[in-house]
Amino acid sequence: MSDLYKLVIPDEGVLAGLRRFFRSILELESIQAILAPVQLPMKPSVMPALISDPDQIDHCDPLAPSFPLNAAKVVSQLTRNPIGGTVAVFLRSCEIRAFIELVKLKQGTLDEVVIIGMDCPGAFQNASYRRFVQSCTEDPGATFFNQIQKKDTAFPGNIDLAEACKACEHFTPDGADIAIGWLGMASEDHFLLKGQTDRGLDVLKQLKLPEAAAPLMRHGAIADMLAKRLAYRDDMFATTHAATSNLKKLTAYLADCVNCYNCRVVCPVCYCRECVFVTDVFDHDASQVLKWSQRRGLVKLPADTVFYHLTRLAHMSTACVGCGQCSNACPNDIPVMELFRSVAEKTQNAFGYEAGRSVDDAPPLSVFRENEFEDVVGIKGE
Amino acid sequence: MEPFEPTIVAFVCNWCTYTAADLAGTSRLSYPKNIRLIRVMCTGMVDPQYVIKALLEGADAVLVSGCHPGDCHYINGNYKARRRIRLLKEILPRFGFEPERLRLTWIGASDGIQFAEIMRDLTSQIRAIGPSQTRQTMII
Ligand code: SF4
Ligand code: SF4
Ligand code: FES
Repeated sequence: MSDLYKLVIPDEGVLAGLRRFFRSILELESIQAILAPVQLPMKPSVMPALISDPDQIDHCDPLAPSFPLNAAKVVSQLTRNPIGGTVAVFLRSCEIRAFIELVKLKQGTLDEVVIIGMDCPGAFQNASYRRFVQSCTEDPGATFFNQIQKKDTAFPGNIDLAEACKACEHFTPDGADIAIGWLGMASEDHFLLKGQTDRGLDVLKQLKLPEAAAPLMRHGAIADMLAKRLAYRDDMFATTHAATSNLKKLTAYLADCVNCYNCRVVCPVCYCRECVFVTDVFDHDASQVLKWSQRRGLVKLPADTVFYHLTRLAHMSTACVGCGQCSNACPNDIPVMELFRSVAEKTQNAFGYEAGRSVDDAPPLSVFRENEFEDVVGIKGE
Repeated sequence: MEPFEPTIVAFVCNWCTYTAADLAGTSRLSYPKNIRLIRVMCTGMVDPQYVIKALLEGADAVLVSGCHPGDCHYINGNYKARRRIRLLKEILPRFGFEPERLRLTWIGASDGIQFAEIMRDLTSQIRAIGPSQTRQTMII
């Protein structure tokens, strides 16, 4: 019994093949709806939508290089209470990883979802995506994917993938129940479908798909892409660290921040219903502000910018999956993702943790052991 | 020029280290006035943001001190504190804070003498490292 099946690519192309596959899943009695990115009819914007009518499946656009939000938040909302059925959710790899973090933080469950993932081709930031769409002569998603398959990165509109995607080493959907693989499949007439869990295999079996053999080129293609991404990522870490290695540099890095907190609002793993930074604690009394000013001679307002970013790093960097939505949402082009990812790398390593890897790894600040980290205790000269 | 006198903010738990400080006081043991004690119920309630705030507000060092492992009055608050300190030790030095400016120690309720000694030790160590970068940087 194989766990590999074929997603046959018809003459009409990849988009048609994926839509057919989604449609066949939606037509299963065991699946009530599918969450997938949808091309909105009133404007070429792509947003997640919960599709329950198979005839609406042609709105779905899984190839669009648009990533307006991390849909893990949407799936969390859909699974916080019983939904009364099973829904399939098509997510990017970083959305799957964010959702795994949210499940561990009790913000959702895996019980009623079948997660479908695909080797992620990456995406553009919002402004770039709009420019791309305007410059495309054919369907944007198909154009993009076609170029990605050919490793041609001269995209219409003269734009580039989001920095987060260029530095992303987790592009394969490891946490999905069903994984769609296209890397290293260029010479085949199909993409690879892999049931990665019992639940995923069960769905694939019901679809009565042709079985696939293990593809020969896939391993190498993934390794190539991984090496490129890691090199880019490590460069980014080094540059970011050099730009923030003391408080003076860090304040320069954050100087344009207006404390709008967009980066936290869009962060898929920042799950607090009420973030401390929007509570009364930070609604400072005028006399307090004056006191600060008098002590230092000057106080920049709104205050607490560095305080906010350092605190968020402390609270959330162990859960950061590197999706880059923080940078995408910043009105002032602060490289928030770069800062977060480069610190997250350190904080996650410190606890041998990798955000989004598995529901079985406890978040590092939710557990402890009796004998650990003795080296941080004590006052003797270091 | 006046010699540098560091400001050290110490978050101490009510049941152990604060009691030790009290004992040091009633035993008429002296310790440096550089130490600013903040009494908390347990080290397990010291959110990283308190430490960050203290450092950004100009503390030259922050100490978190509580009960010895196994003695925490809330069973495991000190183990949680140790993980948070481990976390901050990864973050703060990335931005130029010397690791010595963040310390964690266990001082039991009856350790009055030890309390005074540790405070003297810590103060002289921080005096030796010199003022924190926050004193020369405009914090935004
Ligand atoms: S960060 Fe990775 S998984 Fe997320 S959109 Fe970019 S390439 Fe895909
Ligand atoms: S989104 Fe940008 S401006 Fe807004 S709080 Fe985050 S870093 Fe600052
Ligand atoms: S009560 Fe002292 S550390 Fe918890």
